[in-house]
Amino acid sequence: MEKFERDPHTGYLTTGHEWNGIIELNTPVPRIIYVFLIAAVLFSLGYWVLMPTWPLGTTFTKGLLGADQRTAVSQSLKQAALDHATWTNLIEKEGYAQIQGNPQLMETVRTTGRTLFGDNCAACHGREAKGGKGFPNLTTNAWLWGGSPEAIAETIRVGVNSTHPETRTSQMLAFGRDGMLQRPDMENVLAYVLSLSGKTTSDASANQIAAGKTVFATNCASCHGDDAKGKTDVGAPDLTDAVWIYGGDANSVYTTIWGGRQGHMPTWESRLSPLDRKILVLYLIDLRKATP
Amino acid sequence: MQVIATLTRSERQWALIILLVLFALGLALMAAGRNDPLAGHGALVMIAALAAIFAVISGYFTPEPGDERLDHYYDEPSKIGLVLAMAWAAVGMFFGVWVAALLAWPDLTFDAGWASFGRIRPVHTTGVIFGFGGNALIATSFYVMQRTSRARLPDQLSPLFVLFGYNLFCLLAVSGYMMGITQSKEYAEPEWYADIWLVVVWVVYFVIYLRTLARRNEPHIYVANWYYLAFILVVAMLHIVNNLAVPVSFGSAKSYSLFSGVQDAMTQWWYGHNAVAFFLTSGFLGMLYYYMPKRAGRPIYSYRMSIISFWGITFFYMWAGSHHLHYTALPQWVQSLGMTFSIMLLIPSWVSAGNALMTLNGAWHKVRDDAVLRFMMVAAVFYGLTTFEGSFMAIRTVNSLSHYTDWTIGHVHAGTLGWVSMITFGAIYASVPWLWKRPAMYSTQLVETHFWFAIAGTIVYVFAMWNSGIIQGLMWRTYNDSGTLAYSFVDSLIAMHPYYIARTVGGLLFLTGTLVGCYNVWMTIRTAPRTSTTGAEPALAEQPLLQPGE
Ligand code: HEC
Ligand code: HEC
Repeated sequence: MEKFERDPHTGYLTTGHEWNGIIELNTPVPRIIYVFLIAAVLFSLGYWVLMPTWPLGTTFTKGLLGADQRTAVSQSLKQAALDHATWTNLIEKEGYAQIQGNPQLMETVRTTGRTLFGDNCAACHGREAKGGKGFPNLTTNAWLWGGSPEAIAETIRVGVNSTHPETRTSQMLAFGRDGMLQRPDMENVLAYVLSLSGKTTSDASANQIAAGKTVFATNCASCHGDDAKGKTDVGAPDLTDAVWIYGGDANSVYTTIWGGRQGHMPTWESRLSPLDRKILVLYLIDLRKATP
Repeated sequence: MQVIATLTRSERQWALIILLVLFALGLALMAAGRNDPLAGHGALVMIAALAAIFAVISGYFTPEPGDERLDHYYDEPSKIGLVLAMAWAAVGMFFGVWVAALLAWPDLTFDAGWASFGRIRPVHTTGVIFGFGGNALIATSFYVMQRTSRARLPDQLSPLFVLFGYNLFCLLAVSGYMMGITQSKEYAEPEWYADIWLVVVWVVYFVIYLRTLARRNEPHIYVANWYYLAFILVVAMLHIVNNLAVPVSFGSAKSYSLFSGVQDAMTQWWYGHNAVAFFLTSGFLGMLYYYMPKRAGRPIYSYRMSIISFWGITFFYMWAGSHHLHYTALPQWVQSLGMTFSIMLLIPSWVSAGNALMTLNGAWHKVRDDAVLRFMMVAAVFYGLTTFEGSFMAIRTVNSLSHYTDWTIGHVHAGTLGWVSMITFGAIYASVPWLWKRPAMYSTQLVETHFWFAIAGTIVYVFAMWNSGIIQGLMWRTYNDSGTLAYSFVDSLIAMHPYYIARTVGGLLFLTGTLVGCYNVWMTIRTAPRTSTTGAEPALAEQPLLQPGE
């Protein structure tokens, strides 16, 4: 039985039904709703006419504007390359020294290099390129593989212990684990290595250091050099300076000698263009100059 | 076992048979998957089945309910469902706060694999969407459907099967993520066996709904039921299509989707966006259409607007999913379609929100005084805001700024916190006293407290994400004079940090409100009615099924 009632508040009639005490008004749809609905539909119709929209079997309606996001992207990439060409050409053509002598160009290297470094290298080397445990600080003069632009460029191109066929190979042997040195010898060479950078463990005697020196000469000098100043052709670090990759305290150095170290630096040859890599080389050298 | 006492003898027997089959399935999974994480899930199914068998047996000899049970609506599943919804809310939101904190302080995984971001993020989303939202939808749908159809559920066993079966699915889902079991499809992470189980549960749910509607004693089907029915039907369709996959073997949790490449992406976002539409919108609109007029004591403003918005929403939403894939490998014409339909979608969405708010005309003094009704009002407002924002973000040029940024996260949470949670809490606070025959909630003051925590949390959260999202989007597209990007990704991440902290705080506020709500619901259930007769709200279930004069 339908009971149409008038709602005293709005003045509209009900639909005459009731569900568990709920009733509905038969209020007409306000005109403004139709206006908006029609406007939205008209907008859509217009968009469909102008833009690619409806599928037609194996193709689709192309739209009057002929818009195509694929062409749009490749065009804007082409345009961007043209815009960049003013400075990218210079960087590609000129030698390192020449570029470094061009302050305006170096400014571009700094801004562009910072983002490139942030997106590709910062995860390991840190945002400021100051490194962290296991990852070298790139702002010092202590280069593992050489600090010339060419050497740095090569490190970035092939990486270290990477998948690149020409990769640089870095091998700090596991003297303890592989049984090449006995514990007393390791402790002696540890004392010697620490003494090189002016650190001594409290109980290290002069004898121990002297004994360590012999151990070093037979086992370590081949890579680290007779003076322990490192060799860039095998990536062996200078052990006499204050810069450490894996930590310079007795514990860390002992762990290094016992278990060896093989840092891994990816190859960027297939991931960054020669231009980007060159910018990074220039950026790093510039960064080192800027950092005291 | 109180629930078992409501089952007839033959239903108890059927329950045992179903549970034995389930136990056997668990055993089979465990045997087949003995070299796979699948075995863990086999064991979980077995334990769940065993616990339920034990429960049925311990209640087996309680006296059967007589025919007088048919004079009342069957509310047992609604009661259990609401309690489960609150429990999932607490757990799901806790995980939400945790993942939020992880983004600000990444070390909070404590080096445990299961606690890594990629695993607990879906625990959060599944916990809140399916655990909290799904249980609330099932519970309220049974409640609303019976009353607005004046027909009792067809039997006692099948609704309980749906409820518990659904929760088993949720449990399989979240425990699986922590073990690393996932299809890697957003909001469709559970693997093939859990998906098949959900299909069984869902079909039973759909059949219950149809059977009850078929036996209704009202000449017309109320709007709320249109929405609930759309929710059940479309979710079934979405779930089945998007989860079509071939398992590596019956002994492996892993499966491969039937779709690949851009088709996979499109299927996934057709699913994903319609999950928002039919799970998080349609179902909850059903909720709104019952609880809001009921609580406000006002008629629905316009039946005609209900019709326009219902059909508009169901029709337009179906096309909108591709707006998640603007500027991708998806052909541009699909993107255009998604964008235009998303824009047209705004109109019926706002008609819905407007209809809800106009319904409150004449009851605004109640909104002021009654926090429960205020929850519902705020929900309608956020529904309107979020749908506007959604249509706006679907425009390709806007999307080029907002896509992949925290703006999307902000948008989603305006919807889920502001709209879905608010309407759910409103509905729960309204129905708990009705269901347990209490005069009111244990403490109206605590409802008020919950309201303010919830609104503060939502606002802090959403504003933090709007800011961070827009900053992020702008940083990613800023070029310096030389024409290269001005900021690295890490730079933008550092800029996000304060907002990530703010978001965590917002989430924590919201969670606190939810915990207050859990306590309040619990105390309402536990505290015996203060008056012997039922108070303010008449005990609906006690109305005769047939009203005189029909
Ligand atoms: C996955 C971590 C990782 C990433 C990413 C990475 N590096 Fe490295 N890099 C290393 C490690 C480790 C070393 C030290 C290798 C060794 O032990 O010799 C290294 C060494 C270097 C060196 C040699 C330092 C020296 O003292 O000779 C340079 C130069 C360098 N990296 C530049 C870069 C640049 C430029 C990028 C970005 C394009 C980059 N790295 C990205 C890990 C990384
Ligand atoms: C086969 C060549 C080789 C030999 C032999 C070798 N080293 Fe090394 N050492 C390396 C290389 C290469 C590295 C750098 C590893 C890296 O960066 O991952 C290194 C690193 C180290 C470091 C760590 C430096 C830092 O900055 O943290 C210490 C300490 C060290 N070596 C000590 C020794 C001692 C002591 C011996 C002899 C017992 C020795 N090495 C023998 C190649 C060698």
